[in-house]
Amino acid sequence: MMVTLKKWFSEFKQFPSAIVGAIIVLMLVLLAIFAMIKIPYSEAIRLWRGGEEVWYQNPKNVPPVWYNWFTREKLPETIAVKAGIDEEFTKLAGTNAAGNPTFDFEYSFEYAYDAFPQELFLYFNTQYETKQPFVSVKLIRPDGEELSIGDFGTPSKFTYRFSQDSNLSKRVNRIMRRQMINPIDGIFAIPESDPTEPMKGMYTLAIQGITFEKESDINVEFVMHGKVAGWFGTDHNRRDLAVAMLWGAPVALAFGLLAALFTSVLSMIIAAIGAWFGGWVDELIQRITEINLVLPFLSILIMVGTFYSRSIWVILGVTVALSIFAGTIKTDRAIFLQVKEATYIEAAKAYGANDLRIIFRYLIPRIIPLLIPALVSAVPSYVFLEASLAVLGLGDPVLPTWGKLINDAQTFGALYKGMYYWILQPAVLLMFTGLGFAMLGFALDRIFNPRLRDM
Amino acid sequence: MVATNEIPQASVKSDKSSIKRIARFMAFRVFMLIVTIVIGVYATILIANMGGYVDTIMRNSIRESAIMKVSAMTANKAVEPEARQKMVEDLIRLEEKRNGLDTPFFIRSFRYLENGLKLELGRAKNMASDSGSRTVRLILLERLPATLLLMGSSQLILFFGSVFFALALSRKYGSFWDKVIIALSPTSAAPPWFYGIFFILIFAAFLRILPFGGMVDSPPPTNTIDYILDVLKHLILPASSLIISSWFLSIYNWRTFFLIYSSEDYVDMGKAKGLSPKDIERRYILRPTMPTIITNFALLVIGLWTGATITETIFLWPGLGRTIFRAIGLYDTAVIVGSTIIYAYLLAITVFILDFIYVIVDPRVKLGGGNQT
Repeated sequence: MMVTLKKWFSEFKQFPSAIVGAIIVLMLVLLAIFAMIKIPYSEAIRLWRGGEEVWYQNPKNVPPVWYNWFTREKLPETIAVKAGIDEEFTKLAGTNAAGNPTFDFEYSFEYAYDAFPQELFLYFNTQYETKQPFVSVKLIRPDGEELSIGDFGTPSKFTYRFSQDSNLSKRVNRIMRRQMINPIDGIFAIPESDPTEPMKGMYTLAIQGITFEKESDINVEFVMHGKVAGWFGTDHNRRDLAVAMLWGAPVALAFGLLAALFTSVLSMIIAAIGAWFGGWVDELIQRITEINLVLPFLSILIMVGTFYSRSIWVILGVTVALSIFAGTIKTDRAIFLQVKEATYIEAAKAYGANDLRIIFRYLIPRIIPLLIPALVSAVPSYVFLEASLAVLGLGDPVLPTWGKLINDAQTFGALYKGMYYWILQPAVLLMFTGLGFAMLGFALDRIFNPRLRDM
Repeated sequence: MVATNEIPQASVKSDKSSIKRIARFMAFRVFMLIVTIVIGVYATILIANMGGYVDTIMRNSIRESAIMKVSAMTANKAVEPEARQKMVEDLIRLEEKRNGLDTPFFIRSFRYLENGLKLELGRAKNMASDSGSRTVRLILLERLPATLLLMGSSQLILFFGSVFFALALSRKYGSFWDKVIIALSPTSAAPPWFYGIFFILIFAAFLRILPFGGMVDSPPPTNTIDYILDVLKHLILPASSLIISSWFLSIYNWRTFFLIYSSEDYVDMGKAKGLSPKDIERRYILRPTMPTIITNFALLVIGLWTGATITETIFLWPGLGRTIFRAIGLYDTAVIVGSTIIYAYLLAITVFILDFIYVIVDPRVKLGGGNQT
């Protein structure tokens, strides 16, 4: 056994494509494991289907941060900091003359980008009995100028949107000496510049909070929606694409491997039974295979998805059911018919082995070397099948998958609008998966099939 | 099903018995094909109605629209609740009768089967052809030219191109190009729509030299020549994605297939006799492989009928595949079943004819003789 394994391995090394394929498959498995550990299933579902309260920190439809590595014009990154929790956003507590707590928040950030952010937010979360706390917000700009953002009372849950404040807008217009379409641009602009040019340097956001009760507290979160976010960008729902990119790997691998495994093993067993018993059993299997040829495979899958259930497990079951009685059963049967005549089968019969024993102990093991390459080569088609159904809008309603990313991108016209990252990232991962398994299966086929080896 | 490798059996029989044998073989063949079609079509009918589940969906939507209609009709009138309820029930009964829902699904399914086998494809429930007809035959026929153009052009180029290249490669295997083809054959793991996305990205979104999708510009050119050129321009991307996604694997498969046949003893014998490579190729390689080539070609031709659902969807190509996809979305089972019936007939006829073609192209094959593999 050890010797055969060694022999296989040394042959395996002769195929560079096999090694590349194996490395890709291994990396995908690692990615899948990483995804499942980093983002547990329930967390992934929450992040993917949560709603605005989960996604509010992300800007809409922006490319990943590494975009900036390749462009001359640097786009602002996304910031989300909570005072007191993130170190850079300091929260200093004190007491005023009346003995009520006061708070000083300060956050400094480097702004060295060539464009302006999408939107700025302050999320306040305060505690009070009757009288709400009061804050005044300032932004100290790199030239030392102090821009007063606003002074307002904060209810227990309060969101301040910079672009919606007409007073701030007026102040910004005064600095710029013209009517700004978007006040956000003016906040980060060189005064009176036209066309608007960003002022680079350190900005400091300073918030002073006063309270009127002993037990009062103020918490604040600063969110700047930049024009790049995360390692994979975001979609139209502000969702971080990383969730789907990472979780696509285990889903694709599970679907592809399970479908390939079930299909090839089941059709192998059925072919073995047919070849061994012959007669009407064999005839029946042959007829079912022919009828299956008439059935429209993709249409049936689409119908099941539309009428019945889009759950990936239902689709997997239907896929397997429809793929068992296909071409593989014929090739397997042809080989079993040859093996059936071998003398050791005669010997097994002579010592009185029953049918099941012969099928599972003597017939099937002979075909396993042929099964493995076929199984590996079949994986890409099932991975792409899942993606294809998702592209038609029939992806699993719960799971984030690569195919669903492409479908979303397709639906929202990502290609028309130049949001290439949205479609390219899942496509590249799908391509790697397909290529990895195809290359590996291809090489295995040549190793296990001596007839092909010289060709 | 397709007897590709009938083993010649040396037997001397009189003409009479061979006619008898052929007749018996044909009768059996036709019978089995009909059985296959009937079961296949009935299975499709059952699946397309989800074993009657689609009825439930339709009943619910009929009830809903009946309630809506009645409440709209009686909105400004004083109608007794009982009278209103009766109106609703009457309307539902009428609509269900119109849709044939008053007979049980089991009985209806056999009626569908009978009509389908007689090629009376019936009428669509929600879909209509562009000319406004609800006849399933017209809906399908209207889409046929677009699908034939896309699938026909791409599959014919793919088939003849790959057979031609494979023959050339099998002549000198181990060469540089041979290795390139082997190395590239895993690229066929990706389906056509996948390449389609990349093509749209490069040629439509980035370079802006070819259209994103559709079959003709809007508004379409009035001049016939311009119209043809415009359609061709729209054809390039979908057709090339269909071709490229199978190109390398197809060449690889044919090449390996030809190589297996060119390592036969009689080819070596031919070489030893000093026959020219061209003669060897034509008489000793192409001749015995002809049944397989023809089988593949025939299956390709009938495969045109099904269209390429996802590629057509990605490129917004108005073909059959996309129509079937739309039909499913609209619960129009008649369209789905109709398309399957036509495919089943085409397949059965092709399989039947192929048996005779084998006899013509390969003298070693004898009808009804030999054991099927």
